[in-house]
Amino acid sequence: MHELAVCQALIEQVERVARDNAARRILSITVSVGPLSGIEAKLLEHAYPLAAAGTVAEEAKLLVVTVPVRVRCRTCKAETEAASNRLLCGSCNDWHVDVIAGEEMLLQRVEIETADEPVH
Amino acid sequence: MCRDCGCSLGPAAARAPFAAQPATKGHIESIEVITAILDENDRVAAHNRTHFDRHGVLAVNLMSSPGSGKTSLLEATIKALQGELKIAVIEGDLATENDAARIRACGVPAIQITTGNACHLDAQMVHEALDDLPLDGLDVLFVENVGNLVCPASFDLGVHRNLTLLSVPEGDDKPAKYPVMFRGADLALITKVDLLPHIEEFSVERARDSLRQVGFRGDIIELTRRGGPGFEAWLGWLRSEIAARRAAAA
Repeated sequence: MHELAVCQALIEQVERVARDNAARRILSITVSVGPLSGIEAKLLEHAYPLAAAGTVAEEAKLLVVTVPVRVRCRTCKAETEAASNRLLCGSCNDWHVDVIAGEEMLLQRVEIETADEPVH
Repeated sequence: MCRDCGCSLGPAAARAPFAAQPATKGHIESIEVITAILDENDRVAAHNRTHFDRHGVLAVNLMSSPGSGKTSLLEATIKALQGELKIAVIEGDLATENDAARIRACGVPAIQITTGNACHLDAQMVHEALDDLPLDGLDVLFVENVGNLVCPASFDLGVHRNLTLLSVPEGDDKPAKYPVMFRGADLALITKVDLLPHIEEFSVERARDSLRQVGFRGDIIELTRRGGPGFEAWLGWLRSEIAARRAAAA
């Protein structure tokens, strides 16, 4: 369950964004996760409230965008989707492929609420 | 503070709790960020790598299931290279000092990191262990990760090479079941091959295919810690990596 450690790192980044933008509340956090990052989206969602408790992101909604694995074939140049334990070209079945998507574990977007009035 | 170079990396600072805000509506903004979630870990990992490079030490991370023979391999390696290479070990374990004690009994320094409930080592834990481990004069530092085929794969420790062990009793389909761990390795060691005559279910050919299919592109060495050509090939791999590291540092 390293997803909790990942969530704690995520919250630290979100807190920095909140500070830099004088946010008083975080409304939503969007992350993108590929299967080759080693992170399970469901476990991330379960761990998130534990990491967010007592922080500026306590009430924020976590939106996890799952990115499929895509490979580019060195032999036939096709770009196809692949399973994470079968990184083969979907067109010619060759294993000489480069992964072009599916490794990411990124914080994409933070939706914040700032105060109406300047803070004194 | 880091004792090695005086940088400000240290244990993570405690955070002040966030005070609840009144429930009035303010301005809503959507801010695009796009950063790696583990970028703080990656930053500390890069820092660790700089430490190793400055001291000309090859750093190698060993990962596998519990019981696949990481500590046994290290014991046999230390004995085989006695008088030839200077070795130290950082041991990761949830709860015990058993593995560090085994390594120390071989006459080399070992630092134990007990992670408590954490299922993996991260770059910060390795950085803190380096406070207690002088790197001067070392040829190779092994980091034995927590026995786990899932979590350690996501955390760069700042080592030069990642190794994954697959022992014969575990079954030849482990790479297909844990693709992220095996794909990220630079070298795969199929261990306990002396058990092959007793475990018909394990096919070295299927294990190799499985590694290929998850995108593993490194060398595969079949060995037993009891010696033989596979074990010699492993020592050869280690010697050539150390030589390459020295050439890069010179």
